[in-house]
Amino acid sequence: MADNVFKKAWGNDIFRIIVSLAIVGSASGMALVFVYNYASPKISINIKHETEKAIRNIFPGTEKVGKTSEKGVYKAESGKGELLGYAFVAEGNGYQGIIRLIAGVDPAITEMKGMEVLESSETPGLGAEIANPPFRNQFSGLKLDHAIEYVKNQKPQEDYQIEAITGATISSRAVVNILNKRIDEVRKLIKAKQ
Amino acid sequence: MIKDFAKGLWKENPVFVQVLGMCPTLAVTTKALFGLSMGLATTFVVVSSGLVISSIRRFVPDQVRIPMFTVIIATFVTAADYFLKANFFQISKALGPYVPLIVVNCLILGRAEAFASKHGVARSGLDALGMGVGFTCALVVLGACREILGAGTVFGARIMGEGFTNWIIMVLPAGAFITLGLLVGGFNIIDKKVSKKKG
Repeated sequence: MADNVFKKAWGNDIFRIIVSLAIVGSASGMALVFVYNYASPKISINIKHETEKAIRNIFPGTEKVGKTSEKGVYKAESGKGELLGYAFVAEGNGYQGIIRLIAGVDPAITEMKGMEVLESSETPGLGAEIANPPFRNQFSGLKLDHAIEYVKNQKPQEDYQIEAITGATISSRAVVNILNKRIDEVRKLIKAKQ
Repeated sequence: MIKDFAKGLWKENPVFVQVLGMCPTLAVTTKALFGLSMGLATTFVVVSSGLVISSIRRFVPDQVRIPMFTVIIATFVTAADYFLKANFFQISKALGPYVPLIVVNCLILGRAEAFASKHGVARSGLDALGMGVGFTCALVVLGACREILGAGTVFGARIMGEGFTNWIIMVLPAGAFITLGLLVGGFNIIDKKVSKKKG
């Protein structure tokens, strides 16, 4: 009896379309649940590792990376529990897309310790050089009593200046602006807590 | 049966002959490794969706076959994307949005519509595998050419001498069009010579 009803209904186009789409849709949903359960813990570990690796590069001797109450701001601590400085994620527009980077400052926020680019889609060979040591090492040791500035085609004169990459001024400026904006925010956040 | 597999490699090569799936072909082939990963991800999707589609082809109502195929393809693409993110994080970051975009790669829906929905499971699998391998080879060749000239390396190994100046244009979008054009041209020259000998 039930068989006959089903057979009759199967002859109806609308019924067939609804049933087959529903079956395919729910099967796909169920399959993806399994994939998601398998992959999502691994993905969050990958992201955490990436951040911690960058923080260790900025603060050599970091043993423990601690979280602060603020999202995207981390504490780098040595083995003895001494605070080496704060690291924070900053992002903004570059030449072709979002630039996401992580930067480190000393605990008093008077000096930059370094920065690493996490994500960017700048021009290969030009803007993408912001991620490479010749450019990024310039940021270690910059004094923060003055906003960071860039100079073109000459060596920096002041201890708050960096030299922009030739042919990629926009990318260099973007990094400087992203950092200045975020450093101000982080300074306010940390001052507010103390 | 063997023909189903082999045609994707040369006679109906998805990139050089059918000129399908140009979005990932042009965008991700800045390095040979990226071409290989993209090719393998696409192969996985085209083979598994081909197998599933050909095994359910009798139950698929004609009016909604395209949405159904798309859902099946999207499922495998999402799985591939998560797998890469979980196990090959750096590659997945470099490929960026182009892995999810495999969904709209016309090579895959093309194989589903033109072959898998009309043939048995075994033949569909072989056909999809051939297309996938053909696609992968094309992407690796393209990626290798661009990497050699644009960065002096292949799969990260340095092969050009120290004095070599990188041709930045080869890793920029323009380099993709130039290389692809020359490779398609070269492919046609060889193809003509081969068929002349046979004829």
